[in-house]
Amino acid sequence: MAHEHNLAILRGLIKFKSNTQKIWGVLILLSIVTTVEVALGIVKPEWSMAQVLGMKLLNWIFIILTIVKAYYITWDFMHMRDETKGLRRAVVWTAIFLIIYLIFILLQEGGYVFRVYDNGYIKRDF
Amino acid sequence: MSTTVVNAAAEGKTWGGGNEPLKASYGKMMMWFFIVSDALTFSGFLAAYGFSRFKFIDAWPIADEVFTHFPFLHGVDAPMYYVAFMTFVLIMSSVTMVLAVDAGHHLNKSKVTLYMFLTIIGGLIFVGSQAWEWNTFIKGDYGAVQTKGGNILQFVDTEGHRVALRDFVAVDAHAERTQHERKSGLWFVSEGSLPSYTVEEVIAGLEAHDNVLVRTQLINEEGEKTVLSRSESLKQLKENGKIVVEGANLRVNEYGSPLFADFFFFITGFHGFHVFSGVVINIIIFFNVVLGTYERRKNYEMVEKVGLYWHFVDLVWVFVFTFFYLV
Repeated sequence: MAHEHNLAILRGLIKFKSNTQKIWGVLILLSIVTTVEVALGIVKPEWSMAQVLGMKLLNWIFIILTIVKAYYITWDFMHMRDETKGLRRAVVWTAIFLIIYLIFILLQEGGYVFRVYDNGYIKRDF
Repeated sequence: MSTTVVNAAAEGKTWGGGNEPLKASYGKMMMWFFIVSDALTFSGFLAAYGFSRFKFIDAWPIADEVFTHFPFLHGVDAPMYYVAFMTFVLIMSSVTMVLAVDAGHHLNKSKVTLYMFLTIIGGLIFVGSQAWEWNTFIKGDYGAVQTKGGNILQFVDTEGHRVALRDFVAVDAHAERTQHERKSGLWFVSEGSLPSYTVEEVIAGLEAHDNVLVRTQLINEEGEKTVLSRSESLKQLKENGKIVVEGANLRVNEYGSPLFADFFFFITGFHGFHVFSGVVINIIIFFNVVLGTYERRKNYEMVEKVGLYWHFVDLVWVFVFTFFYLV
């Protein structure tokens, strides 16, 4: 069994000397991201309350940071970085495509039902 | 090991299973595909949560006001600190898991044992924390009144701080309401435990305290729950108050929409079940490591496979954390 690990993260910006060192580096990164999330959630700064694409800017920040965390968990803890391109795409693209579709459909529908309740009539008959 | 023999015999034969175009063993690949399907299951749940939330976007409970407790710190307002702690515990146990996998690559039995043990401890702390979180959520804190339409009326003082029912409602000693039991009435009808107060007592309490106001579920433009004026508070409670709600279960929820509690129980419960089964699997693998099974195999791939599952549990939690507690 060969175990070459790709030891560079952030597109080669940070290179680690050993796999163990990389694990601790990723832990620090994940901890920083979580701390930022919790701090933002508690402080709720004024600027982050602006509406962007139907949601608060703060919520978008949370979702993006979550995806960043998910990326590092999958790529470095689950060693996706070291798998072949074929396996990586079979797993990641499939899941992402189906999840985005599901979320789009359900949130769209939820917003529609809300507007029906809000206005008291059918907003648009499909 | 038998599979090694098969691999050696089938080497290079296209239809004999010898080719590994993805350079991953059968077991590892199947674990990945299981994870994909499980990820889709969880996204289905979270998307359903999103659906219900968008449906009641103007009346959904605000998570910072629901999860404000920290063990051993009574009465301290600590929104989300405990969940942040739980997240950290789970990430930490993911780190020990990946260290165990790494030690397995170096065939270092004692290190694998140590790191697997730490992973199990982390998992147990997480499951325990979740049990505590559920307990706090089910018990509730302030209490509320549910209206005929199923909405929740909470109570605040003039500064907007929450007021618990026990702080302004007095039990009317003359109006005793006994709990219905099967033996003393209709045998086929049973009744859940009675709340500590009746709606009439809450109305009397509200009338007696000028500084208590009613807060509705509706979120106003500032992103806060609407507080009614004194006269509106009394009117709303008298006209629509139906039952006193303390804590949360699958039917009623003092924090707001019952759907919030339903999804909370279902999604965190399903995730907690994954953590629990992950701990059980980790324990089995831990004993295999201790007994030297993988040492004799000269291959710690089993640790890697349960590691994948364990990281997946962590991955799901990252999303549950965001969508239940942050967003």
